[in-house]
Parts: sequence; C-alpha cells; structure tokens
Amino acid sequence: MTYIAKPSLHHPSLERNAVGFTRRDYEGRISTLCAGCGHDSISASIIQACFEIDLEPHRLAKFSGIGCSSKTPDYFVSPAHGFNAVHGRMPSVLTGANIAAKDLIYLGVSGDGDSASIGLGQFCHAVRRGVNMTYICENNGVYGLTKGQFSATSDKGSKAKKGAENKDSAIDLVMLALQLGATYVGRSFSGDKSQLVPLIKGALSHKGTSFIDVISPCVAFNNHVGSTKSFDYVREHNEAVNRMDVISPRAPIRADYKPGELKEVVQHDGSILRLRKLEDDYDSTDRNAALGYLARKAAEGEIVTGLLYVDPEASDLHDSLNTVTCQLNKLTDQELIPPLSALEKINASLR
Amino acid sequence: MKPIVATNDFVVKFANVNGSGSASANGMFAKVILRMGVPVGARNIFPSNIQGLPTWYEVRVSEAGWLGRRGGVDLMVAMNPQTWDADLKEIMPGGYLLYDSSKPLPASKFRDDITIIGAPLTELIATEFSIPRERQLFKNICYVGVLAQMLGLESDTVKQLLTEEFKGKDKLIEPNFRAFELGRAYAEANIPPIGLHVNRSDKVGDRIFAEGNDAAALGAVYGGATFCAWYPITPSTSLAESFQKYCTMLRKDADGKNRFAIVQAEDEIASIGMVMGAGWAGSRAFTCTSGPGISLMNEFVGFSYYAEIPAVIFDVQRGGPSTGMPTRTQQSDLLLAAYASHGDTKHPMLFPGNPTEAFEMGAQAFDLSDFFQTTVFVMLELDIGMQEWLTEPFKWDEKRRLNRGKVLTYEHLEQGVPFGRYRDVDGDAVPYRTYPGTHPTKGSYFTRGSSHDKDARYSEKGEDYTEGMERLLRKWETMKSHVPAPIIKKAKKRTPDGVIYMGSTDPAMEEALCAMESHGIHLDALRVRAFPFNNEVFDFIRDHEQVFVVEQNRDGQLKSLLVNEGGVHPARLVSVLHYDGTPITARFIIKDITEKLQAGQAAALPEKAK
Repeated sequence: MTYIAKPSLHHPSLERNAVGFTRRDYEGRISTLCAGCGHDSISASIIQACFEIDLEPHRLAKFSGIGCSSKTPDYFVSPAHGFNAVHGRMPSVLTGANIAAKDLIYLGVSGDGDSASIGLGQFCHAVRRGVNMTYICENNGVYGLTKGQFSATSDKGSKAKKGAENKDSAIDLVMLALQLGATYVGRSFSGDKSQLVPLIKGALSHKGTSFIDVISPCVAFNNHVGSTKSFDYVREHNEAVNRMDVISPRAPIRADYKPGELKEVVQHDGSILRLRKLEDDYDSTDRNAALGYLARKAAEGEIVTGLLYVDPEASDLHDSLNTVTCQLNKLTDQELIPPLSALEKINASLR
Repeated sequence: MKPIVATNDFVVKFANVNGSGSASANGMFAKVILRMGVPVGARNIFPSNIQGLPTWYEVRVSEAGWLGRRGGVDLMVAMNPQTWDADLKEIMPGGYLLYDSSKPLPASKFRDDITIIGAPLTELIATEFSIPRERQLFKNICYVGVLAQMLGLESDTVKQLLTEEFKGKDKLIEPNFRAFELGRAYAEANIPPIGLHVNRSDKVGDRIFAEGNDAAALGAVYGGATFCAWYPITPSTSLAESFQKYCTMLRKDADGKNRFAIVQAEDEIASIGMVMGAGWAGSRAFTCTSGPGISLMNEFVGFSYYAEIPAVIFDVQRGGPSTGMPTRTQQSDLLLAAYASHGDTKHPMLFPGNPTEAFEMGAQAFDLSDFFQTTVFVMLELDIGMQEWLTEPFKWDEKRRLNRGKVLTYEHLEQGVPFGRYRDVDGDAVPYRTYPGTHPTKGSYFTRGSSHDKDARYSEKGEDYTEGMERLLRKWETMKSHVPAPIIKKAKKRTPDGVIYMGSTDPAMEEALCAMESHGIHLDALRVRAFPFNNEVFDFIRDHEQVFVVEQNRDGQLKSLLVNEGGVHPARLVSVLHYDGTPITARFIIKDITEKLQAGQAAALPEKAK
C-alpha cells in the first residue's frame, strides 16, 4: 500500500499504440491494496491488455461490486467511466449499461465473495443471457476486507490463516460458467502475466460472455500452508492446457508456431486467437470435453489454466433482444416518441 | 318492500368463480352501457388465485358521472354457489337477484324483501352447445342477454362489441350471438320488466375506458423509455406486458429492429440494478413492481439517491404488509418509497388519480428522474392499475421534447466546459453528468455508493460528506417547484375545514364532497399529486382549522409525511382511513367525516396548534 502520488507527466518517448495512447494512459489511481496483492498484478495485466489491443481508454466501461477486487477498477484505465456497484450486484448494473450503450467494451471485475456468494445469482443470469462483457473474478478464496473468513470458492479441507478447516464444498466458477453457456472461458494465475495478458486480450475482443477466473493469492489472509489459493500451491499445481496469442485485426499476422501444434480461432471482430496446445487431448472449442477434463483434474487437485473454451460464433444479449444498430442512449426524440396519430388511434380503440 | 326504481343510476354486481371466463362477459356488459352514452365505474374484485375461488365484478351505472364505488348493490347476478349467502346479504332492500334457476333452490335460500329472478342458464345453453368449456363460456354471454333484455341494453351494440372482440376469430362470432340471443329471448318471454333501466344518453363524450397500468406503460413509451427490466408480481405485471405491446406496435425501425429492450430479470434486485446501469449510461429505464419488490430494491434505491442516477419505478400498490392481499388495493407503500434504503434518503413520488394521469405522469417521471438524477416513484394502486376507468383521452403535445437534464456532450467538453460530477454549478444543487464513452480524455468519472467529494473521488472527510448530503437536501428543495402541483377545489361557502387525499380516492371524494355539500357540510379539498409536497399543500393546511386526510391505509402514512415534512402539528390533521382492500366508497367518506365533525374533532385541537 502506498500513498505516493503518481506523477502526471509522461515521458515524450513512451511507446504509443495504434490509436496513439501510451501504456500510462491506461493506468489508474494508486492502489490501496496490500503490497504484493495478486489483484494489483491483475490490474497490471488489464492495463497491458487494453494497451496492446489498441482500445481507446474512454471506450472501456468498468464495473465492480464490493470487496478488495472491486476496488481495482479505480486502479486502471482512468479515462474510462467506472461504476462501483453494491455487493454482488455488479452483473445487473453492467447488463443495464450494456443495453443502453452497446458500443462500449464492458469489463466487470469481481471477487469470489462478490461473485460466488451474494452475487452468485446475478453472475449466473448475466452469463446465461450472453451479456457482451469480460467478467474477471479475482479469486483469492477469502474475505480480505473483513479479515479472513472463508469464501464460497475456498476448497473443502483448505486451511484458514488461523488454522480452521473449511468444511464446505467449493463453487467452481469456471465449471459454472461453462454450464451456463459462457462463450469464452479461461482460468489463470495473477502471477502468470504471460498467460493472463493474452487471455484478457482475447476476452475483450470476444463478442458474448467472457469469463476469466484468476487465482489471486491474498498475501494477508490466504497465503499459508494448507491454503489452496496460496502462491506456492498454485505454482505447484498449475497445469496449463495451452499457450495463447491474440492478434488484433490491425496487427500483422505472423506464423510463430509450427503447424500441428497450433489452433487458430477467428473471432467476430476479426481478431485471431492463436492457441498452442500443451495438452494433446484438450480441445478448447468443445464445451462438454472441457467440463469433463476440468472435473478430472480438479479431483486430482490440479488447477487447469489457459483458454478452456471458446465459441467464436457467439451471439450476445442484443442479438436476442433484436435491438437497433444505434445505441439506445443515442436514439432521438423523433425515433422515440410515437406520432400523435398513434395516440389518437389508441384512444379510439378504448371507446 | 317497494322495488328499487332507477334509470341510469344503479349498481350491478356479478358473483362468479375465478377461471370461469366471466371477466370478458362482465366487461362487455359495462362497455355496452358506455357505448350507450351512460358513464360507468367498474371494479374487478378478484382473488389471489388462478382458478376456483370467488371473483366479483361490480358495475356502477351513473348518468351523473360518479365513477367511484358507491357501496351497496341494486342487482346481484349470483353465479357462484360458494358465496351465495354473502352475495344475497349485499343486495339493498328492494333490490334484485338474478340467478341460474336450472336447479331448484329452497325458499330459505332467498330473501323476501328483494325481487328474485330465475333464468335457467345452464339448461338453455345445454340445448345449443355440447362441449363443456363452450357451455361454461357461453353461459356468461347468455346472462348478458338476459340482462340486456331486463335493463333495456341495445342488442345491436352488444353484437357490435362481440364482433370487435372476436375480430380475426370470426368463427366465434356466430355462437356468441346465439348464446346472447338465447338469454335475451328467454327474458323477453319470461321476465317481466323490473325497476332498473338503462336509457341511451350523451354523458360519456370522448372519454375512454382504460386501465392505469396500460396507460402508464404508454406514458413510458411517449416519455422516451427504452428499457424495462422487471420481475413478475401482482398487480404490476400487466404494466410490463403493456410496455411490450406498445413498443412492438410503435418502436420498430424499418428493418424490424427494436428501439427498445425488455428483460424479465431473475428478481427485483436485478431489475433495479439493470435500470441503474441503463440510467447511468443515458437510457431512460424503468421497472414496475409492488410493495414486496420495493423492499428488495431498497439498497439500489439508496444508491441511486446518493450516487445520483436516474431511474423510474412504477409501484402498483396492493394490500400489505408482507404478502398481504396481493389482489386488493391500498395506498400503503408511501413511507416505504419515500424514505427507501438506509441512511438519510428522500425520493420523489407521483400520485396519479386516474389512468389519464397515469399516462401523463408515466411520461413525466422520466423527465424528472433525468433532470434530478434520482429514482422517481410513480405510485399507482391496484384500483387504478388493474381496473378499467372511464377517463379523459390521452393527450400529447407534439412540440414537447424530452428533458434529458444536465448532460455534458463531447462538444461541451471540447469547448472547455469544466466538469466536476457533483458540483453545484447553477445554484440549484443539480449537478452535471456525462455518459460513458463521451470523450477520450475529459469528463470521465467513477460512480460509487461510498462517500465522495465534489469530483466523485472517494473521500471519507467529514466536510466532503456533509457538503454532498446538504447539496442533496437543496436539490430536494429545487424539486418542489418541478413536481406536479396539487389540485385545489374550494367549497361553495367559506369553511374552516379542509380535506386532503390522493390517487384513486379522487372519484369517491368528488361524489362525497357533492353529497356533503347538499347536506350543508362544506369542505375545501386538495388532491396531493406529488412528493416532495409543493408549498401550496402546507398553505392549504395553514389556512384551515382542521384538515381531514383521507387515505387507504391503516397508519395514516400521508398524514405522517405531512407532519414530518411540513412541521404540521398532528392535531390539525384528522385521519379518515379505509384499508380493507376494497376501493374506498363515497358512502364511507361521508359517514366518517360526518361523524367526526359531529364529534367536534376541532374542539380537541390544542390551542397552540390552531
């Protein structure tokens, strides 16, 4: 945690992306989270991803609920509008904003307490509706702000800092997201930026619901022996199914991988997800296979990471609602107010 | 007992079984009389049940134009054996009973001070129709035929309505005609003329017969609402369904795409959450619900107040507390809505008095919520929302433009207009806002429910917090001159007594005032149409020695708000409370106020309160 203000000056030689912004333009206020918090690493990955996909910062709309993770939208992409909603109810607010202004890029950041307990219902329903968003769960398996209670993603049998053992089964948000119909599902580790950044880039480019579960150890309350969300445990049990690159529509396409090891997935916006298989039997376009694979590995205590599932042809809530091309918040009076003749006709029908 | 004799001035009540298909026949009965130019007040009194329980439909025929419930029944159409005894008791001495005489009933089941009229409806229908469901449905049309003959309703008008009703399902028109004629012919041959009669008149004018929920939904369309997020709950569900109907009719573009979005949410919390998101992003959005839904929405409503986000909630009030009486009417969510959520909050409310006002306020609520950036409640009631009222036609000024409030655009920001999300720039305590995505480098801000400074930055400094809270209070003051003003009617004679009321009480109150005046009781009257209360409301109280506050709840919630917000001495306000779930009647108001006046309520007024 630091109270040192960031200097506002930018060095003139900082690298600019295709839309003219430097990496600094995607930063936010100074974090007030604990030094070493995994969430800050995730913020850094979000900043990097937004910079690399040439997203104009103000076209991002960032949302969160309540909790340590939900503080983080203040710590990245300051030129974007942000919304810190009530506990667990971020998905509905994001859904409403998306319905009003669909041309923006929607990023919801949440935690395991926020998403898997009070907000589990909203999480499920936003996913099943296919809201076009990237939903990142910064999953540390503990309630940090209230100093160390188990959350609903804490593994059964894992230990709290003071030694208490969790007796309840864990909710696996990745499995849930797959079952509910999310069309882009990944899991990563806050300490693995090389994996996380491309995962976020792909999600932000994806049309439909993208869900990324990021194991993010809590240095204050859940980074000890017996915790399955500690740095050491995750490093020892992390099993990546693929490595990934994202090539945005503007970037030149390079062939970096040998044929046979590589799967290229073209998304709606023209971006290409380039997946290099690490597990021979893993197919990230097969939802049922992904569910089975994840269940087997979970039983072995392994944490499967990478892009676990993607449907590049996904539709979204606006397709279901058959809304006009123009954003609803830009419709003019003329387009919204029916003519007087319509009202007179209605009056006549009521006599 | 002398039979009641009345033309164009009587009450008919239908007792039916829920799910028997009687609603459309009963509604048609009311509409025929309207088409004959005679005003009608109709009330569907139904149970919280899909099928099998008792249901009633009461039609007040009143050439004088009294549209509230009168109390008492002149003609009971008793089609439900379960409620026979209670229905029989309701008939006024000298009144009439129409029943299905297909099965004989013992003399003990009747009264000797009323006229008993039997019509073998089941037998009649059985001669023409063989399918059980048809027999059930056409029995209803058959009794409309009997009533048409008994009361002098125009057969051609009935048939015209049947034709309109079944337009597109032409096969159903002929059997309906047949069922109607069966009843009419039977009555012509067997039932002697009775004392009740309908004569064609010209007192309906261009008025329409509309439901408040339908009207409010249409108001939302004209008010520019593009998004409805809702969760089913009686009695608000039909509002969302009407919004869907009108949007489908009026808001499609040339390619068949929707200039609207409607989401049936997973619960009330998600509904209001979506409305918050859409309002924040610049769309006009609403939800519709009832008391239990408002309870669930409380946290977000407080958020809207503090973070200053527009939202509209249509609260169609029903009988509370808890699940209460879902299909009965009350005015009992006032305190819940006015101060919803934790901490210090206040929320504007609009009180439509009829479907026409439900339309107008349904549109106006969106201008108010956008301008003041807060949740606006439109306080409907089941009695207005789900009942068909004879009401003025909907009007719209084509020159009217939607007032989006203080929104800074890209051009404003480019021109260097300074932006601070919660700054009081104009001295009216209403800040400026920007929609997300407006400008690459200017105008963004962070919205939060935690305490913030004038520039929307997180701050726990006491002075930042109190400054924000005091500005919200000043905004409340500004609002007073923007919400609909009360309607004041002065008595013909100067009087120290006044009466304040709201919403669906209006027609019963108009009748009560007229009747009391004819008995020498004069009251100045004020109908409250909005909260915060306009200063005229408190001027009215100050100008009278005592003011009756008539409302449809147990605890005098309107009175509480008047005392709380205006510093009025409670003894100046005398509650007249009706809360059994049925719409208030003129007779109730007259009786209660008269008794209180006779008891010398004013004498109890403390000296200092005068």
